[in-house]
Amino acid sequence: MENVQLGFLDYAILLIYVVFVIAIGFVLRRYMKSSSDFLTSGRSIPAWVTGLAFISANLGALELVGMAASGAKYGMATCHFYWVGAIPAMVFLAIFMMPFYYGSKARSVPEYLKMRFDERVRALNSVAFAVMTVFASGISMDALAKLLHQLLGWNYHVALWICSAVVLVYVLKGGLTSAIYTEVLQFFMIVLGFAPVVYLGLRDLGGWDAMTKALQGVSVNPAALHLKEAGVSYAPDAWTSAWQPLLAGPKNNPMGVDCFAMVFGLGFVLSFGYWCTNFLVVQRAMAARNMGAARRTPLIAAVPKMLFPALVILPGMIAVALASMPASNYRIPPLALEEKAIAAAVAAVKESSRADPQAGVPEVIERVSAAQKGVNKETGRAKKLLGFDQAGLAAVIKAYAGKPIDADKALRAEFVAAFSNTMTDYEFNNVIISLVRKYCPSGLLGLALTALLASFMSGMAGNVTAFNTVWTYDLYQAYMGRNKTDQHYFWMGQAATVAGILLSIACAYFAKQYNNAMDIIQLVFGFVNAPLFATFVLGMFWSRCTGTGAFLGLFGGILTSALFHGVTVAEGKGGWLGMQAYSFPSTMAQNFWLASFAFIACFVLTVVISLLTQRTKTNEELKGLVYSLTPKIKEEGTAWYLRPATLGIVLLACCVVLNLIFR
Amino acid sequence: MGLDIRLPIGLMFTLIGAMLAIYGLATTSEPELYHRSLGINVNLRWGLVLLAFGITMLTLFWRGRKSSGR
Repeated sequence: MENVQLGFLDYAILLIYVVFVIAIGFVLRRYMKSSSDFLTSGRSIPAWVTGLAFISANLGALELVGMAASGAKYGMATCHFYWVGAIPAMVFLAIFMMPFYYGSKARSVPEYLKMRFDERVRALNSVAFAVMTVFASGISMDALAKLLHQLLGWNYHVALWICSAVVLVYVLKGGLTSAIYTEVLQFFMIVLGFAPVVYLGLRDLGGWDAMTKALQGVSVNPAALHLKEAGVSYAPDAWTSAWQPLLAGPKNNPMGVDCFAMVFGLGFVLSFGYWCTNFLVVQRAMAARNMGAARRTPLIAAVPKMLFPALVILPGMIAVALASMPASNYRIPPLALEEKAIAAAVAAVKESSRADPQAGVPEVIERVSAAQKGVNKETGRAKKLLGFDQAGLAAVIKAYAGKPIDADKALRAEFVAAFSNTMTDYEFNNVIISLVRKYCPSGLLGLALTALLASFMSGMAGNVTAFNTVWTYDLYQAYMGRNKTDQHYFWMGQAATVAGILLSIACAYFAKQYNNAMDIIQLVFGFVNAPLFATFVLGMFWSRCTGTGAFLGLFGGILTSALFHGVTVAEGKGGWLGMQAYSFPSTMAQNFWLASFAFIACFVLTVVISLLTQRTKTNEELKGLVYSLTPKIKEEGTAWYLRPATLGIVLLACCVVLNLIFR
Repeated sequence: MGLDIRLPIGLMFTLIGAMLAIYGLATTSEPELYHRSLGINVNLRWGLVLLAFGITMLTLFWRGRKSSGR
């Protein structure tokens, strides 16, 4: 990709945004007097603010580019991550779980686990969470810096350090309050920055109906765009319906997922496990000014969440529709080649014969693939061959063979663009940026770019504020420095903020260097997270559940995930135990089923072990922590239409309507 | 805590909106700039939208301040 030139106005918009978020940090600095001001906002924030922060912390840069990528790969069915996979869980959190999180006066989710069970469960949860947030933050930073490098030609290191420094300054000054307030500002920035891009894309296509028509063509023959192997064909609505392709079975939709896995695995286990137990989002609600505000937080957040597919998934669908129309002159962004792969391409094409370009094609593909993917030591060949449009590549070879590509910078850039254009391996994560480049003139470009940076910063600030609280209260105060003064914990919270950001930067470099290791780490996090909701739901609704039961059940669930992954395969992933009990059509299906099994294993084990062990907490101690032992919240003071249950039902009804419209 | 977030949001979008709109106005005679955005002067139009949003936020801020009696 050639770089985009930013104008003066674009930089000015970016700068204004940075000045405002840093200023918010400085204004809030004078309110930071104790560790609870810094780490939990002193429980002082109105519901609409925590609600928007709740959704903004979740809408990190990876979410934004990743959902557009999925929209391109799988179409409308991606919306399930927002509808099935979020709204019910958010409503459940508001109505049933928030009273315990907020009412127990716990300062974090792990601390709730300690109150409800014991020290072991808290230790397991807080260590896993702390490590996970740092890695998640690092992965996201690496992705952003790469994107900025590819799009704007910014230096990877400079982009990484400057973005982190901005987040560091405002979080360090204003703590969680500052993170939450800037997240609201970032929320509006993201929405207002990307909305015009979506509008222009749709208009360019000729409207919704034209997009549907184009995507029907893609569904019938996805191989024309190299989205699937040759010969694969789906029903015409595969990219434009949310439910029809799923109901037709895993072989008949591009996701390769069946209905049960979608509804139980994603909609119940993974979704409830994320929204109801992940401290990153729950922390926002816990910072609300009173119980009513805390319970309304996820409900307020559910409204934009329900509508976000129009902003983050639609661009992916627009991109595929555009790519299927030759007149649009748009291509799905090709895989970004590494510098050494480009060098290999230059050398290989230069040495090819112009007289018979077709003959040079396999050699060029082999050399470029070897440079990009590495060489298999046994065969001496590339580990994996990249995909190319053979005829297109032959044409490029014919045009450039024998030319001094290296000597002339302009010629080299022109060659790289032409060469990349013949690739049929895509970088779907670049889809949203490619649309920004296509439609945004100087001015709007700065706005869209700022929106991208805002989404990155909101996600990162979310991770950092969750990390510093869990570190300070659940790890440091619990195990290392007990009974210190509050000022000491305040200081520790700030130190953890700096350390958290530095560790994230280290993880970003690690991710850049060791791609495969990072995949494995994320896989392990998946194992740890899958069974989590079983522990919470049993803890909150069954007073007989014991600490030993919860702890061992959680371990059993994690072990089940690992074993499940060991005996099943999908797209060449898994099966590391050497036997294959089952083969899934896609890793997504494998993932959903893995979560389902882990949940069930954790649930059953926790129940059985709890029944076999003695209770260590009396009913009196569990008051406010378990549903049946907690007095119902009195809501006489709240108008019936503002009560969480009413709002929750309305939201669920809206969600059902959306599903029916786009079925 | 003592900051009404509507103030910075309002200020920022008023500022950015005004800048975009003015730039849009100044470039009405440069159709090649808007070739990308399908011939629409998006800077002017979207700048005005942002401006309206910013002013709405500021208005809400002022009304909130009045009602809380500060």
